[in-house]
Formats: sequence, C-alpha cells, structure tokens
Amino acid sequence: MTALPEPKQWVEKYADYLYSYALARLDNEETARDLVQETFLAALEKLGQFKGESSERTWLTAILKYKVIDVYRKRSSGLQSERIGHEPEIEFFEPENGHWKDAYAPRALGVEDTDLLAHKELAAILRMCLQKLPALWHSVFSMKHMEEMETDAICKEIKVTPSNFWVIIHRAKLNLRACIQKAWK
Amino acid sequence: MGVIKKIQYNCRHATYLIEKRQHTSLTIKERVHLVIHLAGCSVCRLFQRQSRMINRAARELFREATGQGHVLDEDLKREMQQRINERLSG
Repeated sequence: MTALPEPKQWVEKYADYLYSYALARLDNEETARDLVQETFLAALEKLGQFKGESSERTWLTAILKYKVIDVYRKRSSGLQSERIGHEPEIEFFEPENGHWKDAYAPRALGVEDTDLLAHKELAAILRMCLQKLPALWHSVFSMKHMEEMETDAICKEIKVTPSNFWVIIHRAKLNLRACIQKAWK
Repeated sequence: MGVIKKIQYNCRHATYLIEKRQHTSLTIKERVHLVIHLAGCSVCRLFQRQSRMINRAARELFREATGQGHVLDEDLKREMQQRINERLSG
C-alpha cells in the first residue's frame, strides 16, 4: 500500500465527492466549484505534509472543510450589532414576563420523535428554513450542528463572545423552529 | 410576582437554557430554573423535543447531502486537472 499522494488522479477520484461536500454546506454551485479547485491547489502546496496517516480523500476533505469555514466567516463578517440581527425573542414572547405569545407557541407537529428525514417534505422544509436564516446565524448553526465544531473555536472564527454565541444559537433555533411550524401543514 | 412564578412564566429564558444545555453544562442556578420551568410548562417541553429533533435532522441532512453524488461538469474537471498538472511540472 502506497502512502504517496497522486495528484494526477485527484480530479477523477475526488472532484465529485468534494463538490458534493461543499454544495451541501454552501448551497451555491459557483462557490462550491471554486472551493474544489482551490482545495486541489492548496493541497499541491502542502504535498510534503501528507503523511499517509489518513486517506487522500480525508486529507483533501479536511482542507476543503477549512475553506468552507472561511466562507462562513466571510459571510458573517460585518458590524457586531448588525450581525446579531433582529430579536425574535421580542416577536415570540410577551415582553413583560417572557411567556410565549399564543400565536407563536410551539404546536405538536406529530414528528417530534421520528426520523425527520424519512419525511421528504420535512427535509425540504428544513433546507428552505435554513437558507432563510440571516448569514451570521446560519454560519453559527452550521458550524455547531453540522460541522460539530467546539464552541470556543466558532467564537474565535467569527469573532463573537461566548454570551453572544448563546444568544445567536437561541435566536437561530427560535426562528428555524417557527419557520418549520409555519410551513408544516 | 414571586420568584417561582416568574420562573414558571419565563419561557423566553427557559428556551435559551434549553439551547445552551444541548452544548454545555448549565450553572446550578440555571439548572434549577430549567427544572422548575419544565415541570410546569408543557409548551417548553414540546419546544425541547422539537429543538432536539431539528438538531438531529440538520446533522443528517448534511450527511445525506454530502453523499448525494453531485457531479461536476467534465470540461471543468479537465480544466482542473490541467491546472494541477501545470503546477506539478512547473
């Protein structure tokens, strides 16, 4: 078994996989294509660092993952106050005591304990609702839940304090859940 | 309004704690707050179930989408490989 990388076969072997990986995370074909190309070129620069401990695909994916996170970071940059965004807490809860407003209180969807993705419809709704999230929330949510990154690392990447991080996580979930409930008839 | 009543009413804070708890440990005060609240609030208990369901689903959505096998245009692939070859020989 050879541990040497073989760049001449990269595109044929891995381009489609890497493209699917990027597309799943960024929902933008052009950005995904660019990242695949950049990944190959960045990998060429680091050929000497490939130790053969992981497979070539895992190694390339790790490089791509870093680039995806970079896109999340860029998308969510800007003024802190603007970035944290509107306050669904004000919309969803009574201002004086924090109680759910009737119109926004969670209702049972009937699928709470099932495999959501077994419902094709619900998977489509989730995708749609994720795309509607403001950029910063989307970045934070994706890094936390999908890339399964540590909180500290996310805070560092996108330059938010831990307390703002929890505010963002809370707001993103309130919005996402409300969006799903609204779309799920 | 007494302290307990305030906690029982405050779904805004309870949902915040529900989110936070899924990623880190809460302080003792926060834990007490959440236990008291959830004991009396079926709506927030439902929120908690839905929140977990969404997290699970989002993770799976990603995994599924990654393996979905999108295919890049052949011309583009040739271009990519060419660029790699140029660097290799250059």
